[in-house]
Amino acid sequence: MPQVTIIVNGATTTQEVEGRTLLVEYLRDKLGLTGTHVGCDTSQCGACAVHVDGKLVKACTVFAVEADGAEVATIEGQALPDGSLNPIQQAFQDHHGLQCGFCTPGMVMAATALLQENPKPTEAEVRAYLEGNLCRCTGYHNIVKAIMAAAGQPVAAAS
Amino acid sequence: MYAFDISRPTTIAEAASLLENEEAQALGGGQTLIPTLKQRLAMPEVLVSLMSIPEMKGVCVNDAGEVCIGGATTHAEVARGTDTLYPALSALAAHIGDPAVRNRGTIGGSLANNDPSACYPAFALASGALIKTDRQEVAADDYFQGLFTTALDEGEIVTEIKFPVPQRAHYEKFVQPASRFALVGVFVAEFADGVRVAVTGASEEGVFRWTDAEKALSHSFSPDALEPLSVDADGLIGDLHGDGHYRAHLVRLMTMRAVAHCLAA
Repeated sequence: MPQVTIIVNGATTTQEVEGRTLLVEYLRDKLGLTGTHVGCDTSQCGACAVHVDGKLVKACTVFAVEADGAEVATIEGQALPDGSLNPIQQAFQDHHGLQCGFCTPGMVMAATALLQENPKPTEAEVRAYLEGNLCRCTGYHNIVKAIMAAAGQPVAAAS
Repeated sequence: MYAFDISRPTTIAEAASLLENEEAQALGGGQTLIPTLKQRLAMPEVLVSLMSIPEMKGVCVNDAGEVCIGGATTHAEVARGTDTLYPALSALAAHIGDPAVRNRGTIGGSLANNDPSACYPAFALASGALIKTDRQEVAADDYFQGLFTTALDEGEIVTEIKFPVPQRAHYEKFVQPASRFALVGVFVAEFADGVRVAVTGASEEGVFRWTDAEKALSHSFSPDALEPLSVDADGLIGDLHGDGHYRAHLVRLMTMRAVAHCLAA
């Protein structure tokens, strides 16, 4: 079996994998990082969203071998060094941007990618960016509010 | 998924050599192929990833003013790389799938797959693109040969897409919101020597040129020029999202909107 080395949240990891091992399986089953969720397993729902070399991808639709040598960021690496929530995570809590929480890791990773590309998005841009992340609880409004707040934008605009 | 190995060649020549194995399958961004593998609809022995080949990535302009895009360039990179060169293409690429899909899926992968509802085939056909492979160069008019069927032979790789930039162009997509593919999409491109209109999402034979609209628009580039025209519903896709008559209506409407957009720009 091929051996791959992937830097996950800053830590170098090396594991033997099969060709067909998905990146999300690598994270969850090999490394025990179960914060990255498998929702649909068909690249629709975005619960498995992570960053590979800074780019948002769906970890259920990338092979671990394809990430060999890459830097991967997951939800486990998002908190501040002291363990407290980062501003995006905190905004999700403050604005009730989650109910069951299943989609939340993917939502936070998508929001982080959005704000890196576009630090001051409009509400329409936030909604468009979340097209690949499904939430069945919130109706999205509070997620959009949270992301607007994290971007330092007026939340009233996202009513 | 059935078991397979993955190779990651770094040159086109090396990829072509690996793909001589008839049990091998090229892997682009995998946004269609990986779901297909999960359903066990394909059983390759080896996947040859085309994502680590620098000569297949990026957007450039040649001396003749034609744009060249490497086959392994992702939708996100196409959107960024063509935003001033060819805004209609940039907007098309920026609305494929969702942001995560656009960071993986590639233009070459989409053209090799030739999904009847994909967006890039409409762009390539309307732009009169040249599809370059590791073995040949094929004009878009000869490249698209039906549902999921192209001029590509087994193991052949789309290495580059080359095309002139039209004077005016727009892609109007009526999105199917669950799949994010086009329910119907129309790409209108006006060149000095005429107008080309390519339609995706509508025909059971895949992307096609609406030649009646091309003649009418080459004579008078306005939505009104399309008023007398209609599209035959025979041979159009009918599914739970819309029957052939609905799609025929959308083809005409999307074409009118695309032309109106070109005139307003």
